[in-house]
Amino acid sequence: MAPMRTLLDYLRLEEASRGTKEGCGEGDCGACTVSLGSLKDGRLVYEPVNACILLLGQVDGKEVVTVDDLSQGGRLHPIQQAMVDSHGSQCGFCTPGFVMSLFALYQSGVAADRQVVVDQLAGNLCRCTGYRPIVEAALASCTGRPDDAWSKARGETEKTLAGLDDGSDLFIGDDNGFFAAPASDEALAQLTEKHPDAVLLSGATDVGLWITKQLRDIGKIIHLGRMRSLCRVAETADAVTLGAAVTYAEAERALGSIDPDLAELLRRIGSKQVRASGTVGGNIANGSPIGDTPPALIALGSELELRKGTVTRAVALEDFFIAYGKQDRAPGEIVASVRVPKLKRDEAFRCYKITKRFDQDISSVLAAFKFTLDGRRIASARIAYGGMAATPKRAAKTEAAVQNLSLDDAAGWNQAADCLSEDFQPIGDHRASADYRMQTARALFIKALTEISGEATRNTRVTGVRELVDAG
Amino acid sequence: MPAEVKRFTTETVGLALAHDSAALHVQGRAIYIDDMREPEGTLHVAPGYASEGAKGRITRCDLDAVRNSPGVVAVLTAADIPGVNDCSPAMGDDPIFAEDEILFHGQVVFAVVAGTHDQARRAARRARIEIAKDPAAITVEDALEQGTPDVLPPYEFRRGEPEKRIAAAKMRLSDSFHVGGQEHFYLEGQVAFAMPEEAGGMTVYSSTQHPSEVQHCVAKMLGVADAFVTCECRRMGGGFGGKESQAAQWAALAALGAHKTGRPVKCRLDRDDDMIMTGKRHDMRIDYDAAFDKTGRLTAVDASLLSRCGYSADLSLGVNDRAMFHSDNAYYYPAVSIESRRLRTNTVSNTAFRGFGGPQGMMLAERMMDAIAHRLALDPLHVRKRNFYGPKRDRTPYGMKVTDNIIAEVVAELEKTSDYYARREAIKDFNAKNRILKKGLALTPVKFGISFTLIHLNQAGALVHLYTDGSVHLNHGGTEMGQGLYIKVAQVVAEEFGITPDRVKITATTTGKVPNTSPTAASSGSDLNGMAAKEAASQIKKRLIAFAEREWQVAPDQIRFEKGRVIIANQSMSLGELAKRAHQARIQLSATGFYATPNITWNRDKVKGKPFFYFAYGASCSEVTIDTLTGEMRVDRVDILHDVGRSLNPAIDLGQIEGGFVQGMGWLTTEELVFDKEGRLRTHAPSTYKIPCASDVPADFRVKLFASPGNLANTIYRSKAVGEPPLMLALSVFSAITDAIAALKPGTAPPLEAPATPEAILKAVKAMSA
Repeated sequence: MAPMRTLLDYLRLEEASRGTKEGCGEGDCGACTVSLGSLKDGRLVYEPVNACILLLGQVDGKEVVTVDDLSQGGRLHPIQQAMVDSHGSQCGFCTPGFVMSLFALYQSGVAADRQVVVDQLAGNLCRCTGYRPIVEAALASCTGRPDDAWSKARGETEKTLAGLDDGSDLFIGDDNGFFAAPASDEALAQLTEKHPDAVLLSGATDVGLWITKQLRDIGKIIHLGRMRSLCRVAETADAVTLGAAVTYAEAERALGSIDPDLAELLRRIGSKQVRASGTVGGNIANGSPIGDTPPALIALGSELELRKGTVTRAVALEDFFIAYGKQDRAPGEIVASVRVPKLKRDEAFRCYKITKRFDQDISSVLAAFKFTLDGRRIASARIAYGGMAATPKRAAKTEAAVQNLSLDDAAGWNQAADCLSEDFQPIGDHRASADYRMQTARALFIKALTEISGEATRNTRVTGVRELVDAG
Repeated sequence: MPAEVKRFTTETVGLALAHDSAALHVQGRAIYIDDMREPEGTLHVAPGYASEGAKGRITRCDLDAVRNSPGVVAVLTAADIPGVNDCSPAMGDDPIFAEDEILFHGQVVFAVVAGTHDQARRAARRARIEIAKDPAAITVEDALEQGTPDVLPPYEFRRGEPEKRIAAAKMRLSDSFHVGGQEHFYLEGQVAFAMPEEAGGMTVYSSTQHPSEVQHCVAKMLGVADAFVTCECRRMGGGFGGKESQAAQWAALAALGAHKTGRPVKCRLDRDDDMIMTGKRHDMRIDYDAAFDKTGRLTAVDASLLSRCGYSADLSLGVNDRAMFHSDNAYYYPAVSIESRRLRTNTVSNTAFRGFGGPQGMMLAERMMDAIAHRLALDPLHVRKRNFYGPKRDRTPYGMKVTDNIIAEVVAELEKTSDYYARREAIKDFNAKNRILKKGLALTPVKFGISFTLIHLNQAGALVHLYTDGSVHLNHGGTEMGQGLYIKVAQVVAEEFGITPDRVKITATTTGKVPNTSPTAASSGSDLNGMAAKEAASQIKKRLIAFAEREWQVAPDQIRFEKGRVIIANQSMSLGELAKRAHQARIQLSATGFYATPNITWNRDKVKGKPFFYFAYGASCSEVTIDTLTGEMRVDRVDILHDVGRSLNPAIDLGQIEGGFVQGMGWLTTEELVFDKEGRLRTHAPSTYKIPCASDVPADFRVKLFASPGNLANTIYRSKAVGEPPLMLALSVFSAITDAIAALKPGTAPPLEAPATPEAILKAVKAMSA
C-alpha cells in the first residue's frame, strides 16, 4: 500500500469500484462520498466521508460502504428507490454521493426533518436538480426506522469491528516511507522521535489536499486516529477537553452545549463529511488559515497541551499562532489536547461567521466575543477575529476600550469599535475586500452588544437565530 | 389570441416518467467516460501551462524535467500536431497548444502522456515556462482603457432616435452596473477517451454537447477526413453550455496522445485545471439611459452591453447577440438602441452557459424596471406590467412581432397564487418595525426566444430501428447531460408505436449513426430531436400500415397502434408479431428522420427577420431578508409559474425549472469569479467558488407548470423548450434584494451589483445611507 493512496483511488483504480465519483478532489463537492462504519463508545455509527481526500490507511478497522454495495438481489435500497421516485437525479454524477450521505442518515435512526436533511447534505453539491427532490427523497426514506441488510447485521458488524480493534500499532512500509498508525503513547513518542520529518495526520481534510492538489510527495505519515489517549472527549463542570484526534463530529455535542452560537458555528464548519474526518486538534495544529474554530475557542479562553515525548507544556491558544503558517510547535511535538472553558453565569458569548454561502464555506470574517458582565456593566471582554490578520487574533485595544462600558451605552460601543482599526489591518482577497472585512468586523461587534443588551436575535440575524437553536 | 391548439390525447407522451437512467444513477451504475473499463495499455494525458503570466511571448519552454518524470511516455506540443493547431468552434483562433505567445493565464502550452493520471499531472507541474509579460487586459475596463481590438465587431439594434427622446424627456435615468460571470461547475469535469483505429482512424468518447464538433476538431487536428473520426457520448455529468465548444480541446489532446503513441489515451481534467482552463458565462458592464413617463412606462432606452469575451471569439457572437435579443425581456421599448461590444481580454475565452447571454440581457430590463419603480416610489410590479408587450406594442427591438404573448396571464395568476399584494403590505410593516433586517419582494417575468439564431443549426436527425421482436433501437443527434432529453424522445417514439418506453432502447449519441448534428443547446434538444425521431418512427409505422392493409385487406383507419398492441380490424397482435411478418415480407424496418424548424429567418446584416419559432414564458416571485449590518441575505420563499406548453414529461420539466432557477440564483448571489491583477483566477475550486447547496433553497418553494392548452407553434406534441428559460426566473431574487435595500431610502434606486454577495449588498446598503 502506497502511504499516500487515497480511498477513492483505491476504489476506482484498484477495485474498479466505479460507482463512487471524483468531482473535485478536495472534499468540497461530495461526489466521492462513501459511508464509514466504526464503533463510537461501542456502538456502530455510519458517517459520510469524502473518499477523495481520505487516505486508505485511515479506514483500517472500519467498514467501508460504497454505492456499489447498496442494491442487493436486483432490489434498490430504500434510499435509492426514494431518489428514483422523487426524480432526485438528473445528470446523475453527484447522485452516488448523495445516496451515501443519506445512507448514513438512514442508519442513524433519526427521523429526519428538513433541517436535519439539509445539514446532512451540506457537503453534497448538485448542479442540476435544485435539491428539492433530493430533500424529499430523504424525508420519505430516512424515517428513523432503518430496515436493510446493514441494520439487520448491526450486532454482527459491531462484533467484527470490535474484533479488529486490537490496540496494536500499525506500520506499513519501511523507514524511508511509511503509513504508521500507532496505538500507544510510547509508540507515538518513538516514531516522532525517530522521524521528526514525518507528517502527523488526523483527519486528512487538509493534508489530503497536499496530496491531491499540491501534488506533494509525503513519504512518511503518522496517523493519530488509533491513539485512544488522543481520542477522548472529557467533560467537567467547567470545561470541555478534547483530545487532538477527536473529530468535529465527536466534539460537536460537548462543545456545542457551551453556547448555541458555538453549536451553530460547528454546524457550519465544513460539512458532515469534513466534520466526520477533520479534527479540532488538527485544525489548530497545522495552523491552517482556513480554520474557523480557533477565534471562537480563543474568545472562550482555550488552552492547548503540547507534548514532545513525555514532556508536556501548556500554551494559551492565541499564543500558539505566531505568524501566517507558523505555529509554536517544535518538530516532533504534537498538540495533545485543547481545553475549552465553559461559560460562567456572568459571561455572555456571541459568535458570527460571514461567508458567501451559509453552509460549507470558509469565512471572510469570523468574530467571537465573550463578555463578562457585572449587571449591565461590561467587566471584561475577550474578543477574537478570524480573517482580519494572518492568524486568528485577539482585538486587544478594543477589549480594553469596551471594558467598563454599560450595555445601554450604544454611543460608547461605537467609540470602542473605532479601536478595531488599530487592532487589525486586514487584506483583501477573493473572499472579501479589506474594506468589507473592516466594516463587518465593526458591525459584528455592535451586533454582539446589541444582542447581549437585549435584542432578540430573530431581529438581528438572517441565519443562526438563537431562539431556534435553543428550541433545537 | 390566435386560434386554439387542436385537441389530442396521448398514451405515453405527457407521463411523468423517471429519467431513463435514474435507477442506474442511484446505484452508481450509469457509466460516465471515466468509468469505462480501460483497455490494456491505456495512457493518461494532462495539460500543462505557464504558472505565471496572462499575456506575453514565451521566452523559455523547458520540458526536460517533464520528460524525465516517472511514467512519462510522451510530451506533446504544437509541433506534434499533424494537422491544424486549432480547437475553435468557427474562427480559428483557439490554439490547442499556445506556440509563441500566451494570451491568458492557464492557456495550454504542452501536454504530457504518462502511465497514470497521477503521473501525468505530477509531470506537468515540472515544466519551466517563462513569459515576457506584456500589460494584460483583465477586466472590461482594462480593455476599454487599453483599446485592445474587440474579438468581434460591435452590433446594434435600433428603432427611432432614443438619444433625442431621452435628452428631451422630463423623467429619465442613467445607470451603469456589472453583471458577474459564472462557472458551469458540471459535477463531471471535462473528459475524453481516444481509441486509435486502423488506417489512421480514431474513435473518441467525449463528454460533449457537440459530438460533431469534436469529430471535426479531431479530424482537422489529425489531418484526416471527418469520416475517419467517430465521436460518441452516452451521457454527460452535466453540461450547462460548458461542453458545447469547450470539450473539443481535451478530446483533441486525448486523440493526439493516441495518435502519437498508438495506444488508447484518456484526458480527464483535474477540477482546478478545469475551472482555470475552460470558459465561463460572459460577465458584462451594462450602461444605459432611459426615459419614462410618470406612470413608469418607458418611452426610450439607449443601452450598451460591454461584454468580457476573453482572449478569443469562441461563441461570443451568438452569446452577445442573444443578450441583445433578450435585453427587452417581456417589455416594449418604443424608441431603442441596444449596442453590444465584444471586448477582448487576457482571460479564458468565455463561452455558452445556459441562457447563452439571455440572462445578462434580461438583467438590463429588470434593472431598469426596478430603478424606475424605486425612483418613482411605485410598486415595481406595476411598472413591469405597464411595460409589458401588448396590442400595438408588440415589436421587439429587432423587429420581430410578438404574437404568442401570454405574459400578462402568467403574471396575473402568479400574482394571485403568491399572494403578492398581501405580502407586500406585510413586508412594509416588517421593514417599518425592523432596524437591522429588511425584507424585499419581487415578481419578475421571463420571455425567452426559442431557436438557434444561427439559423442553419435548427435541424436534427434521428435513426430508428424496429427489430422483429418488437423492440426499438433509438438514436438521434441530441446529447444527454441530465436534462432528460433521451427519455422525452423515447416517449415520443413509444407513442408513435403504441408501446411502453421500456421497449425503446436508448443508445449513445454518435456521429457514426446520425451525422452533421447541431450542438444540444439553445434549449432545442427535444424540439428538434423529438420531431426527427417521430418522423423516423412514423416512416416505419407507415410501412407497417401499408403492409397490414395488403396482408389483411383492411382500410388504414382500421389499424391502430396502442397499449403495446397493434389492432388490425378485429384482430390484435403484438408489435413484434407484426414486425416479424413485415420482415418476412421484406419490408424495411429501419428509418432515418430529419427535421428543420420551419418559418424562421434572420438576416443579421440587415437586422431583419423572425429569428424565433416561438417564445417560452414564465414568472417568479421571491421574498428575501437582508442584514443591513453585514449584507448577509436569506431567500425566504419562492413561487414559480412556468409555461412549457403541453409537457412531454412534467417530472422532467419540473426538474429543469427548479434546477434552472437555483442555478440562476447562484449566479446572482453566491457565485463570484475573482481574477487577480495578474489575470489568475482565484476562485478555481469549490472551496472558493460557491454554487448553491441544499440549505440555500428556500423551504417554501412552490413551483407550478402553467396550465397551457399547448404551444401555438407546431412543436413536438405542442410542448415548449424548457432547458434555459427557467434560469432567468432567478432574476426575481436579485430584484427582491434590490427591493429590500430600497426600503432604506424610498425614492432611490439601489446601486446593487451582481452577484449580490454579502459584500455587494453591504456596499449598496452603504450607498443608500451615504
